[in-house]
Amino acid sequence: MTQPALSIENLSIGLPEGADRDFAVQNLSFAIEKGKILCVVGESGSGKSMTANALMGLLPPGVTVKGGKAVFEGQDVLTLPETEKQAMRGERMAMIFQEPMTALNPLMRIGDQIAEVFAAHNRLTAPERRKRALALIQEVGLPDPEKIIRAYPFQLSGGQRQRAMIAMALALEPKLLIADEPTTALDVTTQAQILKLILDLREQHGMAVMFITHDFGVVAEIADQVIVMQEGKMVESGAAQEVLVTPKHPYTQRLLDAIPTGKLPAARALGTVPALEIKSLRKTYRTGGGLFKPVREVHAVDNVSLSVARGEVLGLVGESGSGKSTLGRTAVRLVTPDSGQVLVGGVDIAALSEEELRKERHKVQMVFQDPYASLNPRQKIISAITGGPITRGIPRDKAEARARELLEVVGLGADAANRYPHEFSGGQRQRIGIARALAMDPELIVADEAVSALDVSIQAQVLDLLRDLRSRLDLSILFITHDLRVAAQLCDRIAVMQKGKLVEIGTVHEIFQSPKQAYTRQLLAAVPGADWQRDAVATA
Amino acid sequence: MWKRFRTNIGAMIGVGILLAVILIALCAPLIYPHGPWQMVQRPFLPPMSVDGLPLGTDTLGRNVAAQLAYGAQVSLLVGLVSTIVALLIGVPLGAVAGFYGNWVDEGAMRFTEFFQTIPNFALAIVLVAIFEPSLASITLAIAIVSWPPVARLVRAEVMSVRKREFVDAARLAGLSRPKILMTQVLPNTVSPIIVMASLMVATAILLESSLSFLGLGDPNAMSWGYMIGAARTVIRTSWWLSFFPGIAIVLTVLALNLIGEGLNDALNPHLSRKGRA
Repeated sequence: MTQPALSIENLSIGLPEGADRDFAVQNLSFAIEKGKILCVVGESGSGKSMTANALMGLLPPGVTVKGGKAVFEGQDVLTLPETEKQAMRGERMAMIFQEPMTALNPLMRIGDQIAEVFAAHNRLTAPERRKRALALIQEVGLPDPEKIIRAYPFQLSGGQRQRAMIAMALALEPKLLIADEPTTALDVTTQAQILKLILDLREQHGMAVMFITHDFGVVAEIADQVIVMQEGKMVESGAAQEVLVTPKHPYTQRLLDAIPTGKLPAARALGTVPALEIKSLRKTYRTGGGLFKPVREVHAVDNVSLSVARGEVLGLVGESGSGKSTLGRTAVRLVTPDSGQVLVGGVDIAALSEEELRKERHKVQMVFQDPYASLNPRQKIISAITGGPITRGIPRDKAEARARELLEVVGLGADAANRYPHEFSGGQRQRIGIARALAMDPELIVADEAVSALDVSIQAQVLDLLRDLRSRLDLSILFITHDLRVAAQLCDRIAVMQKGKLVEIGTVHEIFQSPKQAYTRQLLAAVPGADWQRDAVATA
Repeated sequence: MWKRFRTNIGAMIGVGILLAVILIALCAPLIYPHGPWQMVQRPFLPPMSVDGLPLGTDTLGRNVAAQLAYGAQVSLLVGLVSTIVALLIGVPLGAVAGFYGNWVDEGAMRFTEFFQTIPNFALAIVLVAIFEPSLASITLAIAIVSWPPVARLVRAEVMSVRKREFVDAARLAGLSRPKILMTQVLPNTVSPIIVMASLMVATAILLESSLSFLGLGDPNAMSWGYMIGAARTVIRTSWWLSFFPGIAIVLTVLALNLIGEGLNDALNPHLSRKGRA
């Protein structure tokens, strides 16, 4: 065994007083060998990002290293003076972040940002820096390097920005690359490309990679070694294959069980009465356009027709920018379509006036993506849920009794009614959002990425709840998601969208087992850990 | 929130000073039942020279301490009422502009800019000069010059809140637009408005003092600005006539600013300065 690139011994990171626990990370020890990829897996709040920040010397104020060593190239990086840390950052140890948009300087051209890395370490002359920047842009697979080097971050797509970030990180050939959830904000196909890029670069540069993720699918794709963290403690570590196939710690097993598997549920008989019918719907967004500039048109929804039968769950799958959210929002008429019909129970809600619409609103309800933004922080849960029914004319006491009942149904208990949103966790808030939608007795619920913002184990619970409600209340759901694995778990049929068009629609079994369109196959292939799951199913 | 506010020493000092000023203003008629205008002694008595006149007498032999106490009434009243009036104009206008957008926003903002293009103080002088000086006209003038920033603040807050998902949820619940604005959006803009209001009271007190200093105050009301204005000709011989009202203005305005800052830190903890965990 060679000397490890980085070895951490008994690292403890203390949180400020008043936090929910004393240590963000407690007694963590691991080592990464040269040229290996170590995945640090855990749910939010498990301390995985704190570990990375401690290594880079980027801990937020109030959070301090309480003990332990992190030996990197023979030095303990935790005790280095700030000036040496500064020299080390970027040069020998680099980091890429989750959100490339906020990690890049929006007012600086990509080329300048890469060149700045050289400038910060006093390397090369200006023309050489530019040449190296070009070469790096080429290396990370960005198209048209001459153009990219002059582009501003907002002109690039999410995946391109992440590539630019990686180019910056690689500029000085670091020995260790720390990647903090670098693909979480990206589409599956882009994620697959970035993962491949990281694998390739590891091969060429022989650097060690510490890859932080919450997604076991990603782990299966790239990891050599895995450590699993829970509430600041390492609960399991080992070779990727071992941990994935024969997890020892119950927490790891729970996490693995919670992952939406590719296993398909048995098909259900579907009703024929449509709850929602969308007919040749179009929505075009126009931006810009001045005297001398052409108007930029985006066909968010381009002639889409589909229907959701009563009691059916239709999954609407697509990458960001595919128009799936716009379609969902037109279904509840938060967005008014340019043309086409949205028939809910026979009424075309796309054609109603504002006044008529308010009376029909209750028929379609929505569960939103962000559990933190979808509840009014200054409103008690009970009034959030009863607001709609009371507006409809249901007496207050009746509406409140129903709200308490619904809170029980979604598994929160009636005593949640008199509390404020900030007292609840993300998963609980999502349950409140579901109760709020149910309170209106809707014909259809549109769930827009309703589980995307949640940790896997919480995600599994909310999916269980939806499945349970589906069978108990005979709900019709339009389930919008970017994650095919999630869609497979809940949906009866799946519709695939790309660039505003409906590419393919069919039952879950058709889509997963015999996809007809190339794009659908591409999406299926891009699901991280696809091979591993097939193995797992085979061995199970 | 109150707990965070209480740990802020500066803000608590501000509250202490303000409470003292309010107490003095309320008790003025009890301590000095004859009012601020009555001549009680020889003119130009320096402070502490005669018993019962700790701050001396002015050019006409009136009690400076009594004048200060009654002046506190005027300053606080004008500051408070003009701020309330300014909020009553600015909040609805800004809220409607931010919430409805489009031409409503355009109209409201052009209207606001119309007021913003004229320097505050000049406009206030003109307004007071047009309606003859009285407490009501001064208050109104101050309100009219100080509402535009309120409207802009509320508009910006409303614009950011109305894009949140819970507003969409309220629309889906069938709530009407005015109701969404009142019950969902506005409650979430309260904290910056409170902070701004506390600072506006301070500005209003300064404005009133400046107007009185220029002789545009209510001739029937004793105010700090008037005292300084009247004393400016004798400032070299009788320093105390302008010094004490000046101190009173400084302390009151400082107190209000400290409170405003404290409220800001308490209501927006994530924006508060570091190190006061």
